[in-house]
Formats: sequence, structure tokens, C-alpha cells
Amino acid sequence: MAEIMANGLARRTLVALVENKPGVLARIASLFRRRGINIASLAVGASEHSDLSRMTFVAEGDPSTVGHIAKHLDKLIEVVEVSDITDNNVVWRELAMVRVRATQESRARVIQLANIFRVSIVDVGAEAVTMEITGDTSKIDSMITLMQEFGVEQVMRTGRVAMLRSALSQGGEDGEYGDQISSNINTLEGFDSGSV
Amino acid sequence: MMIKTGGQIVCEALVREGVDVIFGLPGGAILPLYSTLGSYPELRHILVRHEEGASLAADGYARASGKVGVCMATSGPGATNLITGLATAMMDSAPIVAITGQVNRGAIGSDAFQETDITGATLPVTKHNYLVMDTRDLAATIKEAFHIARTGRPGPVLIDIPRDVQAAEIEFDEAEYDKPVSLRGYNPPTTADEDAVAAAAKLINEAERPVILAGHGVIISRAFDELRELAENAQIPVVTTLLGISSFPDDHVLSTGFPGMHGMAYSSLALDHADLIVNIGARFDDRITGDTKRFAVNSKKIHIDIDPAEIGKNIKVEAPVLGDVRAVLNQLNPMVNQTTHTEWVQHIEHLKAEHPSLRIRESDDLLGQQVVKAISDATKGDALVVTGVGQHQMWAAQHYQFKNANSWFTSGGLGTMGYEVPAAMGAQFAHPDKEVWTFAGDGGIQMTLSEFATIAENKLPVKIAILNNNMLGMITQWQDMVFNKNFYANSYTGNPDFVKLAEAYGIKGISVTRENELEGAIQEARDHPGPVVLDFVIRAEENVFPMIPSGQSVEQLIEESF
Repeated sequence: MAEIMANGLARRTLVALVENKPGVLARIASLFRRRGINIASLAVGASEHSDLSRMTFVAEGDPSTVGHIAKHLDKLIEVVEVSDITDNNVVWRELAMVRVRATQESRARVIQLANIFRVSIVDVGAEAVTMEITGDTSKIDSMITLMQEFGVEQVMRTGRVAMLRSALSQGGEDGEYGDQISSNINTLEGFDSGSV
Repeated sequence: MMIKTGGQIVCEALVREGVDVIFGLPGGAILPLYSTLGSYPELRHILVRHEEGASLAADGYARASGKVGVCMATSGPGATNLITGLATAMMDSAPIVAITGQVNRGAIGSDAFQETDITGATLPVTKHNYLVMDTRDLAATIKEAFHIARTGRPGPVLIDIPRDVQAAEIEFDEAEYDKPVSLRGYNPPTTADEDAVAAAAKLINEAERPVILAGHGVIISRAFDELRELAENAQIPVVTTLLGISSFPDDHVLSTGFPGMHGMAYSSLALDHADLIVNIGARFDDRITGDTKRFAVNSKKIHIDIDPAEIGKNIKVEAPVLGDVRAVLNQLNPMVNQTTHTEWVQHIEHLKAEHPSLRIRESDDLLGQQVVKAISDATKGDALVVTGVGQHQMWAAQHYQFKNANSWFTSGGLGTMGYEVPAAMGAQFAHPDKEVWTFAGDGGIQMTLSEFATIAENKLPVKIAILNNNMLGMITQWQDMVFNKNFYANSYTGNPDFVKLAEAYGIKGISVTRENELEGAIQEARDHPGPVVLDFVIRAEENVFPMIPSGQSVEQLIEESF
């Protein structure tokens, strides 16, 4: 089911395979804008086909409109394939870089917390450290919340990338197996997301 | 292989696509293409007086002929003037290819003279668009554009071509052009999934009170015979949408006219009383549904449409069938049981008697309704009819009794005032031997009457009937009924004398002010071999009924009392 947010809007995740040509992103963005849908996050990159890109959108809007958006996207000539994977069993990840104030006194504690979260420190300065966090949204949210105590100076998040899970048995369909054997990603909540 | 310029390649491609008429107006950035047009006599170029006239004429031509309409304009203002026609075609699924000139490649993005980002500007009002940056891509792009415009759910496609791309010379390989288009992201459906058709057939066979809602999709896929077969075989009454008018003959016993905001009361009631609505190529537009939560709550819905995004967009559907209307009806018809629905058909006859939506009241002044009825009677429902937008459009939709398939052309989705004159021009070019009547308002006609010159120049025998109440009639009606009689900006006190105006263009003008002059004036217009403007001075402050106010339901139906 789509995530329904506090303001009544729905949040859905879509994955699209699109022609890698100038203007394609503008066409897609124009479609979202016209239907009053906010792009909460967007990740674009190369796919396994040299001339196609893969995009992952997290879209927020009126539940019925946002539920319909994949069909509208599919009408764009340059969109080769699109699926709304909100209700599917998917693996998804996000990357964030966070610069945290870390003075001589606090640095050790910041690094200790980073280790617990398996977060790598990618830059160290006199007054701050920069960490790279990879995981699901709630892990990143948790880490950022934990770092507030020290002072979060800058956050840069990539937005979600998602992929359907492969079938566990031969002949099974990708991303279709039952909830009971799905990994903990879908059940992680709030501050429990110390690991993935 | 031959050396050709980009402009020549455009012309070669247009010839291969079977184009015979182009509506356009040149300017600096498209002159290299125009300099070659003259060498292709099979491409008849019609010089319009304003680019909006070109795109609307291409729309009218496309709807009347079933072929792709073509318009051309230069960069900047020429291109932006096309936009209203593109949006009109987009909303009503009319196939158009628009070709625009663009500044030289090197000047793009420099705010050069007459530069505008027309592909950016037309993103939401085209099915697809292109900026061609290499002459070698031109032929394939044009072929692709025509393919996209005419297949699936048709629509407008714009091709923007920089001036130097038109001028550049390359080797043109004719054989290359004949290769079929293959687009991996575009595969419009044709026949439908058999299970979906079977589910629809089951609902039809089980229904006691079925109604067909026939939309523009029936006309676009030319499924007139298939629709008739379904309706007659299972004795299902046919309600047409505004754009579905002329998909089913008005004089057929099962025909019940269009429903909704200004539709027949009995058609709206039939939809409300039905236990099954078979939507064939219509999109449950708000002018039909009103409040979607209260629309036809007693019925299940079948929705046959070629566009998956239309299914379930406005109204929940029990049996979606994705496919081309004609192909789907050919699958469906053999699965539908022959039956009569006698009681239900009688119920609708009863509704027609109880709600005489086509009755015209007595009046000392000339009424728009009388004008339409007189023209319908005189032409015996045989003419091609075009309209503008507003009260006259609704009266035309109500009172003209169409006999022939695809003989009604109106801007239903976008509601483009000014459609009447250029679209009629396009329809007449598509059918030079048919009688074309266009109903105009005195408001809308002043938006595009520059095309009077084009009509005169080409000696098109279009009959232009202005229903002239010296005001914006529908605005006046809304201000009267919805805005507490707060009349403002609704009155046209500075209207020209339309007869003299027509005569200034060399067009015959006839003024009509009384009902007893109607027959003679219409006969005079029909006897005249050239274009005629008829200025029907009708009663002002006349409202269109029936009416279901915007966002309401059939419970709020307002009818005229006699």
C-alpha cells in the first residue's frame, strides 16, 4: 500500500527505463508538475542498456492522481518501461553525505556512533567530519537525528534507488514472493535501523 | 541517393506521408523550407492570415478527413500562435503534425530575434515533439511524427527545425524512408485481452438496463457499423457524448442524444437509471459526470479505451477493456446475446416524452434554437457541421439532427472559441464537394475572422451562421444563473456590421432578424456557390436548457418550463 502521509497525500515509488536523450527529464518533470505531483526524490543513472537510463522516483500527491501517474508516464514516447513498485517486494537504498560538527572533544563520540551504524567517515577537518551513509531512508533519518546533538552542518541525499527482489525459487516471479520471508527492510522503523 | 536540402527532405517526406494540404504562414526562420515548397505541386499550401488559423484548420481537416492535418509556422510568434490549435487537438485527440522554423543551431539559447523554446512551450499540449538538430535525422523524425500522430490515441506532434538544418545539404536515401517505424517505448494496443472482452460481454448479457455511452473513440476508429451492430443486436439505447455526436444516426430509434451539462435531460436520466454503462471510447469528462461521486451510482461500468491512462481516471470501472474501439467491438459483438430490453427501451421513450428537451418555446424574437433547427431541416441533416464554443455550440449540438457518420466537428475538450471559421475551412478542404455549415458566436468569430480572407481567396463555399446576440452568451447565462445576475464584461456593444464585414472580403452577407425570414435566407445561402456569412440577430439573454450546473448531478437538473 502507498504510504499515506500526515497531510493526506500518498507517497509512491516508481522505476522507469527511459531513452537517454536531451529533454527527456524535462518531459517527465512537466508531466508531474501538470498533475500536481511533487517529486520527493529522483535518482537517475545508467542502466544495463547503453542508450537507456533508469530513474527511480518517489512521488507525493493526491492518492488517486499519484496512483495513476505510472500510466501517464508510460504514454511518453521516450519512456520505454515504467512500474509503480510501491506495493512490490523491493530492495532500495539511498546514499547521504552528512557533514557534522566534530571538535576535538566530540570527534571520538561521533566516530564511535558512525562505527555502530557502519557509516564511513570520508573526510575529516579541524571542526567537522563528513560521513557517507548508505541504507534505507529510516537509517539515514536516524543517523541524522543522532548527529543533531553535535550539529549537522550540511546534508546531501541522493534519493532512493530501488530494484525488485529476485525470486527465491526457480520459476518464481521476481519481486513477488510472500511477506513472511521478506527481509527486515520493510519492517524497519524509526531508531531500530542501526543495521541493514 | 540524391543530394537534397533539409527543406527538400521535409517536402519529400510530406509527399510520402500522403499530405495534400498544408496550412501555414512563412517567416524568416522557415524560409529555406518555403523556398522549396513551390517545387512540390502535390503539396497544396494554404496561406492563412494568422497561425492559430493554421493549427485549427489542420485540426478541422484532420477530423473531417481522418488523415493527419499539417500546419507550418515560423519561429517565435509564429510558433506560439500555433499553440491554441495544438492544445485543441491534444484535448480532442486529433492527429496533427506542426512544423516550425527555429533560429540557427548556433543561435539557440542566445535570445536571438524571433527565438522561442517551442518544444519546451508545447510539452504539455503535444503528444510528442522534436527539435531536429541534424539534417540527417529529418526524414526519420518526420516519419516517426506522422506515425505517432495518427496511431494509438491520435494527437498533435510538433517538429521544430532550425533554419540551418533546413538549408544544409545531405544525401537522401529514399529507400531508407520506407522502413517501418519502430519505437520501443510506444506500442499502442489494437485488439483487447480476450478475458477482458469476455468479462464485458458477460456484463452486457446480464444487464437489464444497459446504455451505450459512445464517445469520440468510435469516430476516430471509424467503428460506426460495429457500434450499430452492438446496439441493434442487444437493443441497447445509445447516448453519445458531445464529441461522439454523429457516431450514431440521430434518427435511429435507439439514439438518445448527448447527456450532461447542456445535454438532453432524458439522456442524463438514462445514464442515471441504467444498471450498466458501456462506455465506448469516451473519457467520463466532467461535463458529463458532474459530481463523480453521484454520477450513475446505480450502474456497473464497462470502459473500452485505447488509452490506459483514461481507464479509472475519473470513474471506477468494473470491466476495463484496453484496445482500439473498432477492434474491440469486432471481438465483443459475436459474444453478445441477441435480446430486446423492451421495458427499458420503453422507459427511455417515456423519459423522452416526459422531458421534451428539444422543444422550442414560442418567441417574438428570433432564437438560436430556431436557427439551428431551420438549418438542420433545410440541409436534411446531411451537412458537415462545425461550431465555435458557447451557447450556439450547445444549441447546434442539441438541434441539428445528424444523419451521417463523422459530420460534427467541435472543440469539446479545450473549448476553443474561434474554432468555427478555421476548422470549417479545414473541413471544406477535406471534403470540397460537401456542404459545410459552421455555427459561430459573435464572440468567437471575432477571434479568428482574419481567415475570412483565406476563405475568400480559396473560394471555399463555407456557410457561416453567426448566432449574434451581441454578447458573450454563455458568460451572460452563468452570471445570470450562478453569479447572482452580477453581469460584467459580457456585452459586445462594439460589434461590427457582419454583413458589411463579409462584403468587405468579397463574401456574400445576409442579415436575418425574424423567424419568417429563416427559410428564404438559408435557401439563398445554399444556392450561392461561394462562401456566405449569415448574421442571425437572435434574442439576447436567452439561456441554454436543460442545464446541470457545474459539479452537480442529475438531481440538480434544470429544465425549461413551458
